[in-house]
Amino acid sequence: MGRVFAFGDGISTDAIMPGRYNLTTDAAQLAKACFVEYRPGFADAVRPGDVIVAGSNFGCGSSREHAPLSIKAVGIGAVVARSFARIFYRNAVNLGLPVIRCPELVDAVREGDEIEVDVLSGIIRSGGRAYQGEAPSAVARRISEAGSLVELIRTRGWAAIEEVI
Amino acid sequence: MGTLVEEILSHRLGRSVRAGETVVAEVDAVMAHDVTGPLAIDAFRSLEMPLWNPDRTIFSFDHVFPSNSVAASALHRRIREFAVEHGVRNLLAEGICHVVMVERGFVRPGGVVVGADSHSTTYGALGCFATGMGSTDIGVTMATGRSWFRVPETVRVEVRGDLPRGVQAKDVALHVIRALGAEGANYMAVEWGGPTVSAMGVSERLTLANLSVDMGAKCGLCEVDASTWAYLGLPDGGEMRAHSPAYARVFEVDAATLEPQVAAPPQIDNVLPLSEVAGTRLDEVFIGSCANGRIEDMAIAAGILEGRQVNPGTRTIVVPGSRRTYVEALERGYIDTFVRAGALVMAAGCGPCLGRQHGTLGAGERALSTSMRNYPGRMGSPEADIYLANPAVAAASALAGAIADPREVR
Repeated sequence: MGRVFAFGDGISTDAIMPGRYNLTTDAAQLAKACFVEYRPGFADAVRPGDVIVAGSNFGCGSSREHAPLSIKAVGIGAVVARSFARIFYRNAVNLGLPVIRCPELVDAVREGDEIEVDVLSGIIRSGGRAYQGEAPSAVARRISEAGSLVELIRTRGWAAIEEVI
Repeated sequence: MGTLVEEILSHRLGRSVRAGETVVAEVDAVMAHDVTGPLAIDAFRSLEMPLWNPDRTIFSFDHVFPSNSVAASALHRRIREFAVEHGVRNLLAEGICHVVMVERGFVRPGGVVVGADSHSTTYGALGCFATGMGSTDIGVTMATGRSWFRVPETVRVEVRGDLPRGVQAKDVALHVIRALGAEGANYMAVEWGGPTVSAMGVSERLTLANLSVDMGAKCGLCEVDASTWAYLGLPDGGEMRAHSPAYARVFEVDAATLEPQVAAPPQIDNVLPLSEVAGTRLDEVFIGSCANGRIEDMAIAAGILEGRQVNPGTRTIVVPGSRRTYVEALERGYIDTFVRAGALVMAAGCGPCLGRQHGTLGAGERALSTSMRNYPGRMGSPEADIYLANPAVAAASALAGAIADPREVR
């Protein structure tokens, strides 16, 4: 069980991880810089398992993987959005940060609401209701099951992806 | 048979593929830059595999080069050490990756290129399937020479009509982004064509392909013709275009009716005709970037700034996109023009576009930029406002110290 951190539409990677803060690959440093200017205090407020619920095109802009890395490192358990920008979505899947499209849930919850995300089934519970998130593609599912793209390719190579496409 | 992206990927795979299929394809080149490179190297090292091909692995030092901080220097050092360890000789430190990759011949019509930078879509102007990815994907390609792609559906943008004076490819792109929205082409290919695109120089087509990602596209493509091969300095390899394509959407533009366009805050699809924002005071003007940092863009800006003085209340920063651009601008007298006009000419690279190297905006400041992103915080403080426009508008605005119409410069 976590709490909702609510965001609007068009949250860019410049908001998540401004270009002046990603001159490191250290996860702990990146975690501190998550939304550092867009929403000061965010990194300190998050408790493990909290959930970002956002509007459309979450993660638009730069391909910087520092953005989903910082969200994962700060302790966010999942990001639920009306829609995701393409590169951010793929980066999050590759890193093992759960990302779920679920417009119905986005409309129904508010900042601070309690929320529970079952990452494997995509079922999200909040306010006494259950919402079914959109199922990931076969490739995304396979990467998620392995934990990360690196782990999947390291252990099984491209065959692991070729057999589900 | 199919859309341009289907043609390219079918050719690469040796079988016919269609939108909606997912494929694993070999790439011709894999690129990362000084900020995304170290994370890609980390991913690569975790794989415990050899490097696929040191000659087709490229690192570009451009986002924070030369370094302005101890942290950036450490990133640069990690890349250099990795390059020595693995025999990578393509350490480009002569401007923006997307300008230099084209100049140095890593992009070919019909090819496949991936880069750890979203604007890798730029190469699509040369009929190459090129897309931006995160560092993990790029690290995997560095090890395997391959990546997986869902073959995208295509939005065809059909542009007709002569571009009026002061209206450029940037304005066509902004007009389309306004209509389709910042995620209007999410996961899709954007195919730019029609008589107006055929008549454009390749530099302008590079601007179109570049901006495709800013409506969410996976790639932006232009047809290949004689001018494509000439731009690359290669013998004419013939035309390449879609054959009996099934487009998800066709969007038509009558370029003759356009006036210069300006994207206002908070994001690129908030596009207004120039006349609606003219007069807005500016603290900074930036001319450069992978959208508009090529020699043709420098020529446009120099033509307006020649013999004039920029407004002393406005920092005007000019950044040639590459060393080659810089040298050509020197030879043609543009650099002389810029410096005498009072502009600050900086070393080739990404410059103020991402608020990290110089020209960083403070709270309450307002800038006009020829780059392609104006999200809050992009160029510095999230309380700064960023407007996006073509190089002619930028140069005219530098003179006025406010957003101005280049057609009215006397």
